[in-house]
Amino acid sequence: MYRTKCGEDIFVIDGHVHYWDGSPANHKNVHGKQFIDCFYAYHSGLSPKEEVWPKEKFEKYDAQTMHDDLFVQGYDDMAILQPTYLGDFYKDGFNTTERNAELKAAYPDRFILNGAFDPRDGTKGLEHLHELSEKHKIKGVKLYTAEWKGESKGYKLTDKECYRFLEEAQKLGVKNIHVHKGPTIIPLNRDAFDVADIDDVATSFQGLNFIVEHCGLPRLDDFCWIATQETNVYGGLAVAIPFIHSRPGYFAHVISELMFWLGEDKLLFGSDYGIWTPKWIIDKFMAFELPDDIAKETGVSLSLTAKKKILGLNAARLYDIDIEAQKRKLGIANKVAA
Amino acid sequence: MDAVKTESPDLARRREVWAALASVVDPELDEPVTDMGFISRADVDDEGCVHVDFRLPTYWCAANFAFMMADDMRSALLALPWVRGTSIVLGEHMYADKINRGVAEGWSFEETFGEEANGNLDGVRRTFLIKSYQRRQEALIRHLLDMDMPAADVVAMTLLDLRILGLGPEGCELRRRYLERRGLTGLASDDAPAFVSAAGDMLSEMQLPNYLGELRRVRANAEFNGALCRGLLSVRFDMETPLARKCPGPRLAAHQSNQ
Repeated sequence: MYRTKCGEDIFVIDGHVHYWDGSPANHKNVHGKQFIDCFYAYHSGLSPKEEVWPKEKFEKYDAQTMHDDLFVQGYDDMAILQPTYLGDFYKDGFNTTERNAELKAAYPDRFILNGAFDPRDGTKGLEHLHELSEKHKIKGVKLYTAEWKGESKGYKLTDKECYRFLEEAQKLGVKNIHVHKGPTIIPLNRDAFDVADIDDVATSFQGLNFIVEHCGLPRLDDFCWIATQETNVYGGLAVAIPFIHSRPGYFAHVISELMFWLGEDKLLFGSDYGIWTPKWIIDKFMAFELPDDIAKETGVSLSLTAKKKILGLNAARLYDIDIEAQKRKLGIANKVAA
Repeated sequence: MDAVKTESPDLARRREVWAALASVVDPELDEPVTDMGFISRADVDDEGCVHVDFRLPTYWCAANFAFMMADDMRSALLALPWVRGTSIVLGEHMYADKINRGVAEGWSFEETFGEEANGNLDGVRRTFLIKSYQRRQEALIRHLLDMDMPAADVVAMTLLDLRILGLGPEGCELRRRYLERRGLTGLASDDAPAFVSAAGDMLSEMQLPNYLGELRRVRANAEFNGALCRGLLSVRFDMETPLARKCPGPRLAAHQSNQ
């Protein structure tokens, strides 16, 4: 819970967190090392100096540490666990639904557990999706289109197999599809970060919401254009929001473009924990105001209402969270200002 | 000539090498590879061969862009009349071996990657050249509007008008960069409109604010990516190497003082 200077409480749902094992013992090959090293570069390149973790903590943290970083030191009230399997890089996987389920079991009211699917897993993958739906009652999945799998170096949402999975997800009520557009390698002559496939599936699957993590970065321009035209496309602010510290000017440009093209109802806060921690990001976000020239040029305003929506209300709507009931469950109802 | 041959390559040649490399841009960021700090070595040997090492912000950076930059560096260097050969070496990248081999052999993109590519790079190259065109155009139009040129005059201007327009140093540079890409969008004769959309359509005074709003997206994206790439690169590598600087660094200066 974040409390404003005026004593108003803001319920925070962190839309993108991970519970991973990127430690050397779990590396299957050099790609596993390069993957966690790349994450660590994001972490140390964009965090304030005093927030930079030792590499060992970053590679693998325990459940208690994560809980405290999010809910005790941080302002998160709830967080959405987004798995990333990476079975070709890590012996036990990087950040699987099974691993995340341990956290969900330990803190059931704090976490929303999402699953994942990979269209290249075929019938077995579909069965797994059913299993996740039955066992964990998941309402969302995270898709990492750049994941390597055997000979394949990524897939598109428009692949025939992926359509089958999306149809099944829609039937099962797994309605929130978080898409991470990592660099899709094959075919090499195409733009590795192309977001056009999101346009296609968002039109075809009106019963699903597509939350595009990192706002389609590094294709923010193309993403804005698509998201303006599709009512069921959302932007997840992970990776964009930490710029608020190191490059506030760029952040101002990015958030104003997103507010202009998508609007304040379509953006979700995400810390991308353990890449960043929510405490400092939210402190800076709440204190942030758009510079006059940018506000004037785009005509948008990052008001308190907009910030509340981005920090929690939008995610609550997508995941059917009754905030007042949730506060009572968490025992924080009494903190609301009279 | 023999006496000259045993001396290390002269400063003029090094400057030419640096200028050739500076003409190569990262297709996505539309910034010179030299400004981005991608070049970690640029040496000329006694045989007139140029040795370039370069690196990218992550191990996972798009392989097609990496290939394009390496290939563009090779072409730019071979265009110098005295260059007898090049070695361009990309380090710490998932496709380093393939790219280095392909560029060393002078292979095309398709020859380098075989089945992993289902066509050439023309499509993706054009997509990013258009983005570069839009970004450069927006910067120039905004500069003209900031100089209090009426929007009606901006949209009515011909290419000749633009070429002879009196501008300060910043404006001249923006114009130079824009004109470099102007040919992408069709007819570029003197009486053609100075500013057309990427589709080649003329602009109107009324639609100009909306049009610029759309282009603003392209600029914001490229600037954001540029900032991200610089940040990642500086975490990954020591950026204090002399050649990572914008202008010829101490190694060249030291060389000069010896002459």
